[in-house]
Amino acid sequence: MKNFWRRFSYNRGAVIGLFILTLVILTAILAPFVFPQSPWKMVQRPFLPPFTDNALLLGTDALGRNVISGLAHGAYVSLLVGLVSTIVALAIGVPIGALAGYFAGRTDDALMRFTEFFQTIPSFALAIVLLAIFQPSLMFVIIAISIVSWPPVARLVRGEVLSLRTREFVEAATLSGLGNTQIIMRHILPNALPPIIVLASLMVAQAILLESSLSFLGLGDPNIMSWGYMIGAARTVIRTAWWLSFLPGMAILLTVLSLNLIGEGLNDALNPRLTRKTQ
Amino acid sequence: MARTDLNTRTGADSVIRFILGRLVKAVFILLAILVFNFLLIHAAPGDPAAVMAGEAGAADEKFLADLRTRFGLDQPLYVQLFIYIKGAVQFDLGYSFRQQMSVAEMIGDRLPATLLLTGVAFVLSLVLGVAAGVAASARQGRWGDTIISTFALLFYATPLFWVALMATLVFSVWLGWLPGFGYSTIGANYTGMAHVLDVAKHLVLPASTLGLFFMAIYMRMTRASMLEVSRLDFVKTARAKGLKRGVIQRRHILRNALLPVITLAGLQAGQIFGGAILTETVFAWPGIGRLMFEAINQRDYNVILGVFYISAAMVLLFNLITDVVYVIVDPRIRLTT
Repeated sequence: MKNFWRRFSYNRGAVIGLFILTLVILTAILAPFVFPQSPWKMVQRPFLPPFTDNALLLGTDALGRNVISGLAHGAYVSLLVGLVSTIVALAIGVPIGALAGYFAGRTDDALMRFTEFFQTIPSFALAIVLLAIFQPSLMFVIIAISIVSWPPVARLVRGEVLSLRTREFVEAATLSGLGNTQIIMRHILPNALPPIIVLASLMVAQAILLESSLSFLGLGDPNIMSWGYMIGAARTVIRTAWWLSFLPGMAILLTVLSLNLIGEGLNDALNPRLTRKTQ
Repeated sequence: MARTDLNTRTGADSVIRFILGRLVKAVFILLAILVFNFLLIHAAPGDPAAVMAGEAGAADEKFLADLRTRFGLDQPLYVQLFIYIKGAVQFDLGYSFRQQMSVAEMIGDRLPATLLLTGVAFVLSLVLGVAAGVAASARQGRWGDTIISTFALLFYATPLFWVALMATLVFSVWLGWLPGFGYSTIGANYTGMAHVLDVAKHLVLPASTLGLFFMAIYMRMTRASMLEVSRLDFVKTARAKGLKRGVIQRRHILRNALLPVITLAGLQAGQIFGGAILTETVFAWPGIGRLMFEAINQRDYNVILGVFYISAAMVLLFNLITDVVYVIVDPRIRLTT
């Protein structure tokens, strides 16, 4: 653990990423306390430019809503969707990958064809189709994102399991009479964890991008203030009030960037051998 | 993966067999998508006929009754599936009640614009991404590498639709250098070369913003791959032979380093199309991505499913092309019989 932190903090980008992400998380947690009023509520005249009213630091949008409150509440939505959809995607991808890698042969073939199918079809279009046909609620947004983002997990886990399966400690576990489930859960998966953690951090970033894109197109939950929705709503007034599109975009950019930086740092810290190889 | 099997064989014969195998697989995936679409129509809340017609209430009773008989909606599910697939295979993708036009016709009208946009964006991102990756790997650890890598990191984290909006704002609204929307100047009626130039001008912003994200991916991949290959033994041999640095870079390292980049580019095809939905929406580019956006707002399900199906077909075709390119680039495969 000490080693982990030393290697992680050695990566300057990762430390910056962790700093930014901490700020975003704090914003998300504090949003309902600092801005208890609904971000949908009209508070002032529309198009109030930023830094003109101290009570409304970043001004108001086309409907007179408080921009900074929207940004803060949006942070919560982005992180929630990113985190939950990644967890769901892992819950789909890890078992599929583990079964394919462990049992190999026909099981592997069948599961990998299935995975390939989902990897080949255009994922963003699939997410749109799912959300257009079912109601775009927060839950369906999360489900749609999970459905399109699990295949890389399955592929990664399969590869790891495939190579771990023939190692001595697994053979020893087999000989000692452990069942397949126990071998996979107790001996194989813990060893496959580092690359899964790295991938998961990058998936949270991708899920946030995906959520914002869907909300931008009007496929988000209509009751929830999100960064993508804010940009989509400000799009038509970009000539007169460009900051309304600019600010939420910067929020997305910084959050996604911080997660990607953390992902790289985790990769350095968890796979030291790999890092040395590429340096 | 099938690609590694291929590497152990040589000869045009096995290459053709490999491509044919891919083709068969592509057909199966398309069929699976049709089944998937069919199931979605039936899983959607409400009457399937209403789903097919678009938002409930948009279609009149006669049209709904028509749909019911045509798609056999009163018959068992497997008969319905058969009718649906039979139609789709003959490019009957249904009828848009809202637009009073067949979906296949609507997509056919819009497809060329999307192919132009995605094609240009793809080539642009691949060429620039690989070039930047090679440049960065040659300056590993120095400031040139740091600058290129930082930009790649930023582009990789930027939401595509937002870059598109900001590009319109800066280059079209503020600077007035380039048109910010549409396919060509409305009412100008250019012909010949003037028309081509006009379209090209309109293409600059959409294609470059769409390409930016993918350029970042290809750059990172190329850089990592170049560094990895440059440590292999055959490169040491080439150096020991006294070959020039540039020759080793281009002929020995790059050609091998390109293989994972091509594989990745093939896998990214679907993503580029996804990006096209966003870029076309922002720039009012008259392609099938924009069509899908319009259909979302009107809940025109037939159009949404049709675009989904055709985009998948496009992606599969594109994958097939990257497979062929892979065979051509891979120095381990020789196409002589």
